[in-house]
Amino acid sequence: MLKDQDRIFTNLYGFDDWGLKGAMRRGDWSGTKEILAKGRDGIIQEMKDSGLRGRGGAGFPTGLKWSFMPKESDGRPHYLVVNADESEPGTCKDRDIMRHDPHKLVEGCLIAGFAMAAHAAYIYVRGEFIREREHLEAAVAQAREAGLIGPNACGSGWDFEVYVHHGAGAYICGEETALLESLEGKKGQPRLKPPFPAGMGLYGCPTTVNNVESIAVAPTILRRGGAWFAGLGKANNTGTKIFCISGHVARPCNVEEEMGIPMRELIERHAGGVRGGWDNLLAVIPGGSSVPMLPKSICDDMTMDFDALRNAKSGLGTAAVIVMDKSTDLIKAIARLSRFYKHESCGQCTPCREGTGWMWRVMERLVKGEADPSEIDLLLQVTYQVEGHTICALGDAAAWPIQGLIRHFRPVIEERIASRRGVPVAHAAE
Amino acid sequence: MSVRRLYHDQPAHFVPSGTTTAFADLAVTRYPAGRQASAVLPVLWKIHEQDGWICEPAIRWVAERLSMPYIRVLEVATFYTMFNLAPAGTHFLQVCTTTPCWLRGSDGVVSACREKIGPEGVVRADGKFSWIEVECLGACVNAPTIQLRSDFYEDLDHDKTVALIEALERGENPKPGSAIGRHSSEPLGGATTLKDLSVGGDD
Ligand SMILES: Cc1cc2nc3c(=O)[nH]c(=O)nc-3n(C[C@H](O)[C@H](O)[C@H](O)COP(=O)(O)O)c2cc1C
Ligand code: SF4
Ligand code: FES
Repeated sequence: MLKDQDRIFTNLYGFDDWGLKGAMRRGDWSGTKEILAKGRDGIIQEMKDSGLRGRGGAGFPTGLKWSFMPKESDGRPHYLVVNADESEPGTCKDRDIMRHDPHKLVEGCLIAGFAMAAHAAYIYVRGEFIREREHLEAAVAQAREAGLIGPNACGSGWDFEVYVHHGAGAYICGEETALLESLEGKKGQPRLKPPFPAGMGLYGCPTTVNNVESIAVAPTILRRGGAWFAGLGKANNTGTKIFCISGHVARPCNVEEEMGIPMRELIERHAGGVRGGWDNLLAVIPGGSSVPMLPKSICDDMTMDFDALRNAKSGLGTAAVIVMDKSTDLIKAIARLSRFYKHESCGQCTPCREGTGWMWRVMERLVKGEADPSEIDLLLQVTYQVEGHTICALGDAAAWPIQGLIRHFRPVIEERIASRRGVPVAHAAE
Repeated sequence: MSVRRLYHDQPAHFVPSGTTTAFADLAVTRYPAGRQASAVLPVLWKIHEQDGWICEPAIRWVAERLSMPYIRVLEVATFYTMFNLAPAGTHFLQVCTTTPCWLRGSDGVVSACREKIGPEGVVRADGKFSWIEVECLGACVNAPTIQLRSDFYEDLDHDKTVALIEALERGENPKPGSAIGRHSSEPLGGATTLKDLSVGGDD
């Protein structure tokens, strides 16, 4: 188990003071000026050495992403935009950072912003997180009052402002270009890429969008060294990560653990195990609603990292572990996610706008078994027609949960249809 | 996609409070010059706080205030689902029913709302309550969850939801957060980590 000394979020649960005093006691804002003195290249190199991969879902290397920002400004300002839209079902980690450890995020904004020659950061918080936004706004005000941000931030000579912005209930605004559209005051509809935000982002200026957790871990990485972070977890899957364990466990919780921790150990050590014991496990969605579920047989010796989960045709995503025990109607669980994606589609591309509704309606019929067995393959075909044929990854996210269900639990669907028709299913003889 | 339209019964005017006007003036200062449209969500939000919903004259007011075409503000108001486009009850309960909440019994929360308040989206006859189903609120390890104004009520079930509604009916101000005594997102019964707060993350 990760040692408490190696945990970054020492106030994850908010038992201690979240304000500036408490944050400083826990080590935040110490030596920030010295970190900035490493210079842009020094900071980016240290981030690359840490091996940190973005915590927003896609796992793109953070140091590399920062290095994409233009070296010299062509007159346009640079922006850092922090993605605090946290809306992926199962995920509730950025919430804890904002309400209980907001200074880590504010300090991270300064460091990351400086490393990409930005003088301003916008933090886009989902509309529902009102209390979280209040804490964050208070932390920004405290930091500014103390001269930690603002003109000559931390005495570094660099001017830096942090602004807190918020949405009003749209999952799609978590997609980085939809977020930028929303921040510009428009409907949150994703942009076609290229151009990428590093060239043309917010207000047409060079912009980097990072997840809250990616930015909030940066100060600790720079204080303790990239090598320290890289020494935790596994190769190519380094460091610590906040996991959100929900669903059918004895004690659902958030916890910061080492990357690559066995799934079973994560669930049993911190969440009190699967309800009714490990053998009562049916399936797990290991990385937020968008990734395909895995049956117990694969979960038995699965580890929680990007590569292992990808090799199992799923993903670490946001590390939101949704546990389902044997009492679960899996078809219904996925049908509810299909309804989510149908509700959240921005409507811009036809395969997604029409496909999400179509897939949801078929899923609802499958829940009741009111379908022809051939429709399972038809549904699968439609998921392939949506996947990869849309402007943003919401189309993929709507397709994958259904693919996971059919891949691992096709007999469950077939039996539901058969029992509805009163005909037993002919099982294959193997 | 959710298709949302303006309410059929619109007031003739929108009257912003002093707070709302002052907020609108402040909000635009957070964005670069000429980018005042960026303030559209925060300003609509403030109006929502004031009235509990967004009426058509308010959309006109915002468009004028932020020098935006009316259609752009209308698009925004209808796109973002947290903006009520019709009056809601005094107590407006947003019940999360997405899969993680459903796995932990949001059906019971929904049935409690039906019993105590009535059908989804219909304001109770006394005007005091209405409720709707919403998508994941981002508090899934404290499921099932209800949002009520600025706060989340967590770790609910049928009976705890009934108790919450009854407390509101009595004019009480029920304590937000976990209904089963958790501090926040730590496991019930106590955290498995961070037991020694003197251990700092940085050294
Ligand atoms: C539909 C959709 C929703 C997303 N929602 C979020 C979100 O809520 N928070 C987030 O950080 N990233 C979200 N992302 C990923 C972002 O587009 C982006 O990759 C991420 O913010 C980059 O940050 P990182 O490199 O630090 O991970 C979403 C992506 C898609 C396609
Ligand atoms: S894939 Fe869906 S959400 Fe993404 S841009 Fe297309 S319609 Fe919008
Ligand atoms: S599913 Fe209800 S809070 Fe996430």
